[in-house]
Amino acid sequence: MEKISIEGTPKTPTITFDTGKGFLEIKGRSIPENSIEFYKPLVDWLEKYSTKPQSITNVNIQLEYFNTSSSKCILDVFKKLEAINKGGSQVTINWYYEEDDEDMLEAGEDYQAIINVPFKMVQVAE
Amino acid sequence: MMLNIYDFYDKMERNNIMLSFKGDITSELLTSVLQIMESKLDNLQEEPKIKKKVYNVLVECLQNLYHHLDEVSADQNDKVRSAIFMIGKIDNQYNIITGNYIKNTNIEGLKKRLDDINLLTKEELKEYYKLVLSNGEMSSKGGGGLGMIDIARKTGQKLNFNFSPVDDKYSFFSLNIKISQ
Repeated sequence: MEKISIEGTPKTPTITFDTGKGFLEIKGRSIPENSIEFYKPLVDWLEKYSTKPQSITNVNIQLEYFNTSSSKCILDVFKKLEAINKGGSQVTINWYYEEDDEDMLEAGEDYQAIINVPFKMVQVAE
Repeated sequence: MMLNIYDFYDKMERNNIMLSFKGDITSELLTSVLQIMESKLDNLQEEPKIKKKVYNVLVECLQNLYHHLDEVSADQNDKVRSAIFMIGKIDNQYNIITGNYIKNTNIEGLKKRLDDINLLTKEELKEYYKLVLSNGEMSSKGGGGLGMIDIARKTGQKLNFNFSPVDDKYSFFSLNIKISQ
């Protein structure tokens, strides 16, 4: 049981992963030029977590902006969560979008269509 | 040759250019430019919706330039490693214009890719995006051919581009993206 976190920067999000509570949060902006390098540690942690997950895993995705380079990495993260959901843990992905931000809502719906994990679209005030 | 700086200024003024740059595109430069543009959009008190769209599309346009220059091998001369971009606003419409050298041998492939995107409707762009996202190969730097599809999708407009011949090896590729309110 450990708590892992990456502090946010103007181009990368804050990541909090509390494996003891089965809680993962990605929050802020994800617009790095090289997103593979940035997301690699998270994908590795999820790989490790998948061997001994909590019975329920909650994931909050609260992004203000993300670039297309990040979009593939986020998909990789979701694919890991899909595998965890198929295994012993019940996963829910909460996709936050600001009121009026249709692009962010659509982006969430795109993932929802590709990934076989329950999604909840959560609207927040601007 | 004497450079007439007023001539430059006047043209930029008439086109309402908010920011322009010519030179090598680095990660640090993009961080600064994005910060400047964000505060300019805040000062103009744009609606959050427009602000986000302009910012998102700008990120994709500038990172396209960055990844493109990254692909140009180091033995190329400085001229080829240089690019230009301008951001302006005329009558409630934002314009993002980028320009970079491209090898003549790469024109056909890029032209076909952009022409194909321009044929798609809004719904088809959404499906194409999902297809490339889930099946597409990602380059080692993370670019995956999604940028142009995303720009077309978010702006809801055709990609306006041009190739100007330079010499027997290179042409200059320009892209003019419009974002309307």
